[in-house]
Amino acid sequence: MGHRLSEWTGHGPMLEQDIAISNIALDLIGQSRNFYQYAATLINSEDHTERPKMLPFEVPTAIGITEDTLAYLRDAREFRNLLITEIPNGDWAKTMLKLFLFSTYQFYFYQKLVDSYDKQLAAIAEKSLKEVTYHVRWSSEWVIRLGDGTGESNRRIKRALEEVWPFTGEMFEAAEYENLNAQKRISVPVSEIKPDWQNKVKEVLEEATLEFPEGNTWMQTGGKNGIHSEHLGFILAEMQFLQRAYPGCEW
Amino acid sequence: MNGKIIMMENIKENITTDEIWKLMEDINDPEIPVLSITDLGIVREIKLTDSGVEVFITPTYSGCPAMDVISMNIRMILLKEGFGKVKITQQLSPAWTTDWMTNKGKEKLKAYGIAPPVGKSFDKKYLETELKVECPLCHSKNTKLLSQFGSTACKALYQCNDCLEPFDYFKCH
Repeated sequence: MGHRLSEWTGHGPMLEQDIAISNIALDLIGQSRNFYQYAATLINSEDHTERPKMLPFEVPTAIGITEDTLAYLRDAREFRNLLITEIPNGDWAKTMLKLFLFSTYQFYFYQKLVDSYDKQLAAIAEKSLKEVTYHVRWSSEWVIRLGDGTGESNRRIKRALEEVWPFTGEMFEAAEYENLNAQKRISVPVSEIKPDWQNKVKEVLEEATLEFPEGNTWMQTGGKNGIHSEHLGFILAEMQFLQRAYPGCEW
Repeated sequence: MNGKIIMMENIKENITTDEIWKLMEDINDPEIPVLSITDLGIVREIKLTDSGVEVFITPTYSGCPAMDVISMNIRMILLKEGFGKVKITQQLSPAWTTDWMTNKGKEKLKAYGIAPPVGKSFDKKYLETELKVECPLCHSKNTKLLSQFGSTACKALYQCNDCLEPFDYFKCH
């Protein structure tokens, strides 16, 4: 999501909003770095013979892996993420709506993750929660402004809601590894945050004069198990190009 | 050559953590050069070990690009003081808060033209609602929020309705 939002840098509707969305992108990339750095430490401390199971490539034993290995050297199938983070930005209304739905999910997720038995995950959550609080506030204001704005802005955000909504079901459907980690109290039982998320989303949509999509809409799934939309490949092609073309390059 | 090494070891042995704290006061935040990293409360702990020194720092924001520069500056100043081994550890918990900013730091911010954080971070209302922030230039409280995100992640953009000047506000966090 951070990478996607950064595509707006230099293209925002006005300078202040351009800066705002770039700052949010920076927060999200910072949060990812914290998770990747921690994951790299954990993988490096694992028995070397176990590694091939976790990563699809050879890891140099002397150095081990770093956050960059995880970000730049994995292929699409090895990524586990929500599909909502892959879909293209579309117009400002679609970007704001998906950011709002995603940030609200992050807010309740981190709120529970601060109680993780894993101290480092709890610390990352504590830090991230403060940042996400601002993201929720900012994106809610945009959803309200566009929904309750002009005929044109209302039409655009309504269409965005139709397009983005099928990507929200996945948030609360736990993958096998999520269930395992939730049982160990390392991570969060994602189905439990659904009611809070729904209430907050309902409240904001109502203020935006938009209708909360009730009922059982068909939902997209797969991202958490490595089955992605076609968009992830393009994101990775751009993001990973330099490290793939010039391995180990620094600047 | 030998003498030089002994001299460096001497400096290392005689220095106290208080003196290292003092050294930290000379390191500025590269994005708000008027503040030192101790004014901001970024340095959490300093530990002297047998072979060197360990400095614990906490980032203001997860993606704060200044952290790498700050780490490097700490390392440079301590290496210059003769420490052979300098370890810098990033500590995320407890999460950094503007409550740790010193009063001296807040005064410096204001004089620099950035409105210091209003209120305490544990009080949710300061995080979630729009605040009345005093204009650092004409001290009017008649100001309005232009954008919740300013020139850096830690600031918001405000404008004074009286003197009409736009100004940065260091967000309560």
